[in-house]
This record gives sequence, C-alpha cells and structure tokens, in this order.
Amino acid sequence: MRADYLARRVGVFVLIVWLAATLNFFLPRLSGQDPVRATLLQQASLGGHVQTGLEAMVKEYERRFGLDRPLWKQYVTYLRDVSRFDFNYSISSYPRTVNSIIAEAIPWTVGLLGITTVLSFTIGTLLGALLAWPGAPRWMRLLMPPLWALHAIPFFLLGLILMYLLAFRMQLLPMFGGYTAGAFPGLTLTFVGDVIAHSILPALSIVLVATGGWALGMRGMMVTTQGEDYVTFAEAKGLRRLTIFLRYCVRNAILPQTTALALALGNILSGAVLVEVIFGYPGVGTILFHAIRENDHFLIQGIVFTVIVALGVATLILDVLYPLLDPRISYRRT
Amino acid sequence: MRSATAALHYVRRNISLAVGIVLLLALALFVGIGHLVVDTGKSRPLSAPAVRPPSAEHPFGTDRQGRDLLATMVAGTPLTLRIGFIAGFLGVGIGSLLGFVSAYYRGTVDTVIRGVVDIGLTVPGLLVLIIIAVSVKKGLTVDQMAIIVASLAWLNPARTIRAQVLSLRERGYVEVARLSGMSGPEIIVKELMPNLLPYLAATLVNAVSSAILASVGLEVLGLGPIDSPTLGMTLYWVNFNAALINGWWWWWSAPLAIILVVFLGLFFLTVGLDEIANPRLRRAV
Repeated sequence: MRADYLARRVGVFVLIVWLAATLNFFLPRLSGQDPVRATLLQQASLGGHVQTGLEAMVKEYERRFGLDRPLWKQYVTYLRDVSRFDFNYSISSYPRTVNSIIAEAIPWTVGLLGITTVLSFTIGTLLGALLAWPGAPRWMRLLMPPLWALHAIPFFLLGLILMYLLAFRMQLLPMFGGYTAGAFPGLTLTFVGDVIAHSILPALSIVLVATGGWALGMRGMMVTTQGEDYVTFAEAKGLRRLTIFLRYCVRNAILPQTTALALALGNILSGAVLVEVIFGYPGVGTILFHAIRENDHFLIQGIVFTVIVALGVATLILDVLYPLLDPRISYRRT
Repeated sequence: MRSATAALHYVRRNISLAVGIVLLLALALFVGIGHLVVDTGKSRPLSAPAVRPPSAEHPFGTDRQGRDLLATMVAGTPLTLRIGFIAGFLGVGIGSLLGFVSAYYRGTVDTVIRGVVDIGLTVPGLLVLIIIAVSVKKGLTVDQMAIIVASLAWLNPARTIRAQVLSLRERGYVEVARLSGMSGPEIIVKELMPNLLPYLAATLVNAVSSAILASVGLEVLGLGPIDSPTLGMTLYWVNFNAALINGWWWWWSAPLAIILVVFLGLFFLTVGLDEIANPRLRRAV
C-alpha cells in the first residue's frame, strides 16, 4: 500500500508540472500577441523610424525562434526545454539567461519563506494548543482578538505599516533591499548580519499574520478533539492533565494542521511575492515584478514555472512525510 | 417588527457578525456620502496640485500625478469591491454547482472534479493569475479583471461545499426525499441548498474577500486596469513613486486604511456567519 500511495502522489506532482508547462505555453499564444513583431516595432519606434525590411526581419526571427513550425512541434520542443529548466534568454537583461536570474533570486525567497513558514507554523500551533488548554493562564485569552485581526490582513499591508513605523519613523531597521547597497556579498560576519537586519521586517510581516491563522486553526481542532470520547475516557482513567493534553489532544489535532500546511503553501507564496515587492527584497517576487514591468515574457514564464515546480516538490515532501505522522493515511483509499 | 428586534438580539450575542456589519456599513456610508459630496472627476491625474499633504481643500491630500486622494478613494473603493463581488459570485456559483454535483452523484464526475480542485489549490493562485493577466491584451477594464480573478475563485467554494454536501447527503430527510421519488436536481435545490444557506453565505463572503486580495495583489504588481483608480492601483503608484521613503504618508495611509476595513469587515462577517452555520462553534470564544 505504501508504494501505491507514493506512486499516486508522484503522479499528481508530474501532472502539476505538466499542467504548469502547458498553461505557460498555450496561454500567451491564445491571446494572439506576436512577441517578435511587438518587440521589433517597439524598438523601431524607439529608434524613431520603421525600417523597410521589418516584415523580412519578423520572418527571420520567427524562423530562428522556431515560431514558423507547426504548433505541436513547438509544444514538444518547449516541453523538452522546460524539463531541462531551459527558459531561453531574458528579454530585458539580454544576454543573461532566465535561468541564471532565477537561480540568483531563489536562495533569498527560499530562506525568507522557509524560516517564516517554520516559525509561524510552530509558534501558531503551540499558541493555538495553549489557547484551548484549560490550564493555560488567563492573560492568554487576551491574545485572541489581535490574532484574529492580524490574520485577516494581507502580508504586504502589515509590511507597509511595519516599514513606516520601524524603519522610517524609528529608523531601527533598514527599509529596503536584501543588503546595504555597495556591501560586498560574502560569508563574512558583517554581511550576514546585514542580511539578517534587512530580512527582519519582511519576515516579521509574514510571521505576525500567518501565526494567527495557524493558532486559530489549531485552537479550533483542539476544541473538537477535547470533546471526543477517548479524551473523556482518558480523564475518567485519571491520566495526568499534561498527558491528556499532549498525547491525546495535541497529537490528534496536529494532523489536520499539517494537511492545511500543504494546502496553504501556495497562498503563503502568493502573499510573500507582494511582501518582497514592497520591501525590494531581492527574491523571486521582486524579479517577477521587474519582469512584468519590462514585459519580459520569458522571465515571467520561467519564474512561474519554477515556483510551481518548487511548491509541487514541497507539497510532495509533506505528502510523503505525512504517513509518518498519521499511519492511517497510507492505508486509506481516497 | 418583532423579527427585527429578534435579529438585533441575535446580533448582540454574535459580536463578530455585528463588528463585520458595522465596518462594512461604515465603508458603504463613506462611499455613498462621498459620491454625493465629492467630485469623483478629481480622481483623474492632473486635476489637483501634486503631492500636497491633507488640507481643508484636499482632506486626504493629493498624489504625485495630481489626483485628489479623497476623490480617488470614493471612486476606487466601489471598483475594488465590484471586482470582489463579481469574482466572488461567479466563483461561488460555479464552485457550489460543481460541489453539489460532485458530492451528490459521486462516481467518475466526483473523481475528476475533486482531482482538478485538489491540484488547482496546491498551485499558487497569484502566479497563475499573473500568467493569465500578462497574456491578455493590455488595457484591462475592471470587469475583465473580475473575470480573470474569477477563473480561480471557484476552487475553494467547490471544495468546501463538496465536503458539506458529502455529510448532508447521508441524512435521513435526503434519504426520504430520494425514496419518495424526487429527482437529483430537485433534491439538490429543495433539500440540500436551503440547509446550506448560511454556509453558502459564509463561503460567498470568504470568496469575495479572497477575490479582492487577488485583485489587489495583481494591481500592486502593475497588472490591473491601469487607468482606473482602484485601491490596488493606488498602492501600485505608491510603490512606483516610493511614497513611503519620501515621507508622503497620506498617500498610502488612505488606501491602506480602507483595505484594512474591507478585509477586517469581511473577515468578521465570515466568522459571524460561520457561527450561524455551525452553532457548535458558539461555545468557543
């Protein structure tokens, strides 16, 4: 059964990757835009005159990019290129490849998202469990309303507020970018400190919002589990309250939380893209923003595809780890 | 009259619902009165002096392109809400249709719909919307924007409604209806839907809220209807002109405050509606 479960998850992953590539290929073509002609015309108008050989040039470029071949041949070539993560050259910063630009941005985003997601999930889950525990101190209940309110706000709005208060007014932290302009990137203590200082605000705006969501979800699950018969039975047996809390309630309530995590990754990422844009953090979101501004279609498609694949991998890992937490899952046919 | 007082009594117990309604009513008042008092034409560029802090003449100040920000907010808030409502209604309409059909009939239809929804939900929505918005021709209108956002807005409703119907379809009264010869669509419309009404309402509010979030996100990235003064576009110009670093606080605080009110209002409304739909939650909080 385990192999069966694994095969199904990997199958879903392959399907996601294929769908992402296919969307990337067909959507821009559906719109009927002609990227070559548009780019050449734009350049011609920038130069102030339209060359007489424009039509011939369009033909030549289309031949070079393979745009004159039948659609299915283009599609097959595209799938082959994409499976090797070859997304062509960037239009806006030619002659750099899309690949090299994305590769530079990915560590930033993975670092920011990885740390904030782990932090907010852990803190939120713990907090949510404590909020539902009868033995928790009274003042903890006061945390609920602010958690609720924060949870409803998009990451980047909180980011704007934090940026204004902590960076602009109080000047406690740097406002913009991933490191001080002109700093020499390297594994020195000053540079690492600089990067951390620049990451605090973007990270904080994600953690503060996301923690509330996890805490609310966990608390809800805890309330449900506490009403279960096995908990009443454990109480009747006279087990210690802490044992009941940890082994009977938390252990069970944490399962749906983990499922929710796999589903929430996409939303967290969508939100983080905007946080990066607001803070000019040199991750995938910011290069995506610039690519949109410069109309760099190859770069946009490359980023979207890479991110979908990366998230697919993350979900796959969570799916594979999930049976370790909940042994029932790999045997249940869903 | 008696039902009105009863409703008031209920709202007193359901504080989240009250908070949500009050926030959204305040927003509606702001827009309504604003449309009567303020000349929304001033939301166009070059209709006011550039970058002025709030004053008697321009209570919310003006931006760098010479828009009066009060007029921009009055004109832009309904546009943003419009995107949210169109996309939200389309999303819940399509989503709940799929959810009902999928959960009631089960079988192959269910497998396909559930598969599509599960895959669709793991993909980061904003990025797919970006690809769609980039592919569509330039110069989007507000309504086209709403339809783009709606293209993914049905996923979540389909999932939640399906889960609800799955548990409802085994109930006794559904069984009785089936045995007494009611057809599938009839059972869905006459038996299942009325019982899920509060739930559908909560799903709708949720969908509107996520649609607004998605549209504001696209707009902040510069993919919105460039010449409409929606809240997201205002934030795009804020970012574009680095208003925060330049200390033009009034430029971003107005749209920010309104977006906060929108999201908080919709959130508390959902929580309140959830409480109606699922009374067991009442003992919580």
